[in-house]
Amino acid sequence: MALLKPILLVEDDLVDASTAQQALEDLRVRNPVIHKTDGEDALEYLQNPDNPIPAIILLDLNMPKISGIDLLEVLKKDPQLQHIPIVVLTVSKYEQDKLDTFDLGIAGYVIKAVDYDEFLRTMDIIVRYWIWNGLLEKERETQNAEL
Amino acid sequence: MRNSRPILLLEDDNVDAMTIQRAMNEIKVSNPLVHVANGEDGLIYLHKSDNEKPCLIMLDLNMPKMNGLEFLKIIKSNAEFRQIPVIVLTTSQQEQDKLESFKLSVAGYIVKPTDYKKFVEAVKTLDLYWTLSESPVNMN
Repeated sequence: MALLKPILLVEDDLVDASTAQQALEDLRVRNPVIHKTDGEDALEYLQNPDNPIPAIILLDLNMPKISGIDLLEVLKKDPQLQHIPIVVLTVSKYEQDKLDTFDLGIAGYVIKAVDYDEFLRTMDIIVRYWIWNGLLEKERETQNAEL
Repeated sequence: MRNSRPILLLEDDNVDAMTIQRAMNEIKVSNPLVHVANGEDGLIYLHKSDNEKPCLIMLDLNMPKMNGLEFLKIIKSNAEFRQIPVIVLTTSQQEQDKLESFKLSVAGYIVKPTDYKKFVEAVKTLDLYWTLSESPVNMN
């Protein structure tokens, strides 16, 4: 069986990161999850040719060192990395953040829900969408099931 | 969808366009669907200032006059249009088409299922995702 490309989760808040990892596990996503706590670490991972290129990136915006928007700018200029779809997962409702990130070519902008059940529902929609895109896989074929 | 702006569909096959409209009606997507048959007509629609800017573009790849990838290159280098999410809806399963499209920052690449029930599921997932996802509302 071919190795599945990982999901790269870039999130500085450790609670939020473990919540996202838990949700992906609860949704039986087969792709491994790689967690990086800021843009700099994420870039280091992505620019190392020994590491598998992720299927998608789930990106927080407000992070230390290199912010989500700065990371986006770098990735979208890199011919080896610019094809990776990036979904922004954030608490920021600022119109400017939405405009700037869509301008840089993101593939979705989702506000993080505080309640876990609600968060799980949003992650389920994200996962189902990227399964339809042929980039993620679930352990069991449940993409047609209603949550 | 998150708002009531139109969805711009670029599709040269009228039967496929009707199938998309039918699927949207079935899952009660209320956004108007503006259908044009090729990239050139898509650009004409976008450039006409009387037309409301679409919240989403659904793009076929193989079209006459101006194909999907050519259309993508033009709108993604245009500051006025590049923030509109573009979803490729195609029969092409070629990895090269998929890679080229994602390099041009498409927000999705969905291979059209031939089975209608599956097709409705795909459109439903697409609608759920783009209802969940925010969009730049100041886009005008």
